[in-house]
Amino acid sequence: MNPWMAIPAPVLLSLLAAFALTIVPLPSAIAPARPEWVLLVLVYWGMAFPRRVGILVAFLAGLFLDVLQHQLLGQNALAMALAMFIVLQIYPRMRVHPLWQQAVVVAFLVGLTRLLNIWIQGAIGFPPGSGLYWSPILTSALLWPLVYHILRDARRRWLLHLT
Amino acid sequence: MVLVALALMALDHRFYQLQTLRSILASVAYPLQVAVDAPIRAGSRILDSFSRHEQLVLENRLLRSDLMELRARQLRFDALQAENDRLRALLHTSAQATERVEIAKLLAVDLDPFRQQIVINKGRLDEVYSGQPLINAEGVIGQILTPNWTSSTALLISDPGHALPVIVARTGLRALAVGSGNPRRLHLRHVPPQEDIEEGDLLLTSGLGGRFPPDLPVARIVSVEHLPGQPFLAIAAEPLAALDRSREALLLWTDTPEPERRPAEPE
Repeated sequence: MNPWMAIPAPVLLSLLAAFALTIVPLPSAIAPARPEWVLLVLVYWGMAFPRRVGILVAFLAGLFLDVLQHQLLGQNALAMALAMFIVLQIYPRMRVHPLWQQAVVVAFLVGLTRLLNIWIQGAIGFPPGSGLYWSPILTSALLWPLVYHILRDARRRWLLHLT
Repeated sequence: MVLVALALMALDHRFYQLQTLRSILASVAYPLQVAVDAPIRAGSRILDSFSRHEQLVLENRLLRSDLMELRARQLRFDALQAENDRLRALLHTSAQATERVEIAKLLAVDLDPFRQQIVINKGRLDEVYSGQPLINAEGVIGQILTPNWTSSTALLISDPGHALPVIVARTGLRALAVGSGNPRRLHLRHVPPQEDIEEGDLLLTSGLGGRFPPDLPVARIVSVEHLPGQPFLAIAAEPLAALDRSREALLLWTDTPEPERRPAEPE
């Protein structure tokens, strides 16, 4: 089955919205705490449609994010693919977790991607030199319930027939 | 997948062969960036249209007097340029670089908050090239990092990975202005403590790197400190251009002639 045929339009649209939110200018005081929108959206759809939104989709989304943020090509792609791999391992359990517990898992995943990113940036010589670098872990976890409810409503309205 | 990602990163970091891939993906990203930028631009335009009539008249009057003054200066500048060319011809040195200037708009999109980079709406189609200087009316902003087809990413002088060869206008002392990650700060590296440098000194580009034309204003020194035990001075400077607030920038094309190996022999 061609994976691109199997990805429904609402998933792509929500990813697009996540990309837009990633580059919307914020006041510089809170810009470092911008949640990892793309990862949040990917985690939800990976949990909902593990056979459609898999590692390849996460990899391509990460690659696009690299271009958008002008980072090393493959940096976010690697992080997103790895996070998606973990989601695909634990999605049956994650589905039955209460929301706050899911948020903890999300925080862990964001922390993991951040760790990979800082490691790679350190290797090429530009480590971000501020503790604020880790703040998206908190904001992403706090915003997870919001993302979850929006995407779940979208799924129930348009994609109830899919698995 | 992991291997592909690692290979991509290695290729991107060591070589420049992924430029085309990046350009292709970037032209997909460009509509998204414009879409994000559009409402913000529209918002400021609406604010403009609500500004009061008297204010506009006042601004118009100011601009007109500015224009008069600049025109008068331009006249003198033309005369001086002609004289300079004549003198240079007498000395058998090459004429000064001819310049072309074009205005580029900065797109209001955020990149990595820990790097100082911006996106402008001119690309390779407008003959933008990598390393091209980017200035505004106050001073140097940065240089082009990667030109895509219709947009380009530029590195600001305040990025921690950017170093700009400068001279102190008052003394001619050469130094290197390195970004700090803060758009209001540059640091001067490797200036020994016995050098004559003080607060308020103006920094100009020295043109030594070959990328920026010489004598563009860059920054003003705000503090000079000598920490005991340190071999060099700790010098902070503030860029003259408001790096984090400008919406427009000027792209500079300089056909810098090949630097001459030895100075022309006087006859």
